[in-house]
Amino acid sequence: MKTRGEHLLLVIIAVVVLAFVLAPLFLMFATAFKADENQILRDFGNANAFWVWPSEMSLENFRQVLGNDTFPVLRYMANSVLIVVSIVVLGILVNSLAAYALARLVFPGRNILVIAVIALIIVPMESLAVPLLLMMNQVGWVDTYQAQIVPFIAHPFSIFLFYQFFAVLPKDLDEAAYVDGASRLQTYWKIVMPLSLPTIATVAILQSLEYWNAFLWPLMVTRGSDVRPISLALAQFFGTPPPIWGDVMAFSVLMSLPILVIYIAFQRWFIQSAIGSGVKG
Amino acid sequence: MSFRKSDNASAWSMLAPAFLLIGLFIVVPFALSVIFAFTDQRLVPNPNITTKFVGVRNFERLFDGDTFSNAFLRTATFVILVVPLQCAMGLGAAMLINTTLPVRNVFRGIYFLPTVISMVVVSVVWASLFQMEGFFNAALRAASFGLLEPVDWLANPWTAMPSLVLMSAWQGFPFQMVVYLAGLQGISKDLYEAARIDGATRWQEFRHITIPALRNTHILVVMTTTILAFKLFTQVQLLTQGGPRGVTDTLVRYIYMTGFREGKVGLAAAAAVLFFLLVFAISLVQRRLLKEERAIQ
Repeated sequence: MKTRGEHLLLVIIAVVVLAFVLAPLFLMFATAFKADENQILRDFGNANAFWVWPSEMSLENFRQVLGNDTFPVLRYMANSVLIVVSIVVLGILVNSLAAYALARLVFPGRNILVIAVIALIIVPMESLAVPLLLMMNQVGWVDTYQAQIVPFIAHPFSIFLFYQFFAVLPKDLDEAAYVDGASRLQTYWKIVMPLSLPTIATVAILQSLEYWNAFLWPLMVTRGSDVRPISLALAQFFGTPPPIWGDVMAFSVLMSLPILVIYIAFQRWFIQSAIGSGVKG
Repeated sequence: MSFRKSDNASAWSMLAPAFLLIGLFIVVPFALSVIFAFTDQRLVPNPNITTKFVGVRNFERLFDGDTFSNAFLRTATFVILVVPLQCAMGLGAAMLINTTLPVRNVFRGIYFLPTVISMVVVSVVWASLFQMEGFFNAALRAASFGLLEPVDWLANPWTAMPSLVLMSAWQGFPFQMVVYLAGLQGISKDLYEAARIDGATRWQEFRHITIPALRNTHILVVMTTTILAFKLFTQVQLLTQGGPRGVTDTLVRYIYMTGFREGKVGLAAAAAVLFFLLVFAISLVQRRLLKEERAIQ
């Protein structure tokens, strides 16, 4: 039991944390909808920075950002969507297939492969980036979509997440399918995968966030706007002085909107997958 | 389970795509990294000079020069500052949500927001807060009644790192929060009831029940956060480019600058190998600690 005083204190603290969490997001949205750059600069120095009255809202910044020919935002956005969707869809297939074999099939060398996959989880992409770039150079993949997709399809941590889930499914499932004459591949596709939606969601969310936000690798492997993802484009747009804050914030809103919408729709799954990723390492 | 002869063939065909890709894009670059670390390999090969084996010269250069050790020390500083802050914020927020707080799921949903925002966006938005005419200086002026001079937060050697730490903790703490929340929900309510009957204070409850019961969660959260923090790059590249006077340089930035910008692949590979060993060592410590815990139980 809590006393009334304690209860009130809790609510107050919760609201203060709420303000701390939301303030930068309010700042982003408010600034994006303010047309007058001078107004924006004045507002940065006081509490108006975090607010815009609906009557003063303007879409001017969005119009400018979307009409900017040197920074084709929609193209960058499409690039990011293509890259992320490819990695996630192909990754789910390839990684779950391998995990299914590791978890439910009996064959020599299985245990060693499981240990190898777990050991590879910790290899950080950052320590592979430079040799990987050299390899991309060799095969002429620099500045292509495939350089941003193919190396990231197979993912030891995703294999591990699927493996953990498959390993505890009842053995009778495979046996029943076997009696019905199903092959291993059919069992995997028609019986095991439909049961794995929670794990599929976890893997999809973790992968999407990681590659939507990718920065170091695209910085090294892309040159022009053709295949460049939106995260890198925003960084460059921001880095071109002087920053026009209204446009920069509108760009940020555009980049954040897809993820925010997906988050609001699948909030519970996001939190589940964050907890799931906590077992990493 | 009954053994099927056909299993062997199906197993290998199911494993083939994943292991082929892992071999090509993780094992091969890793091996190359180790090999390059002992050569003078360059990004753009010079046709007149062949790449040759140079022994441990790259490692000697890393340790003799100031840049790499500076990058290591600055990254370590970031880790030492951000990990306790971020974990404490995560635990605090988790404890807040794990009470009788009204609409706590709404609070949890909103607190989680920063983590879904890209670090590039976070850096851009916070850059406006750190400006000379930005919110932090306005707050400083108001709090000191105009006595304190405005600070150029990201350009001042004393405030650049703390500014990055605060921003990174804001973006990252929701992850620690949900992991801690899962841990807190696993603690039996009976323990608190018993403590209450014995007249324990809230602090004693926290100190003697909550903290020990979360031991495994602490290990997990602290170690994962430490590894993530050592990978610091995006926010530094966007906001300070390692400056002012190198106080925000980082290991990953060092690898990027030497390997990609200067094309010294050999030197960058040596740094990458050391970076990998560091991450590896932290993971080993984590596994060791978790194993000890299992042994005790």
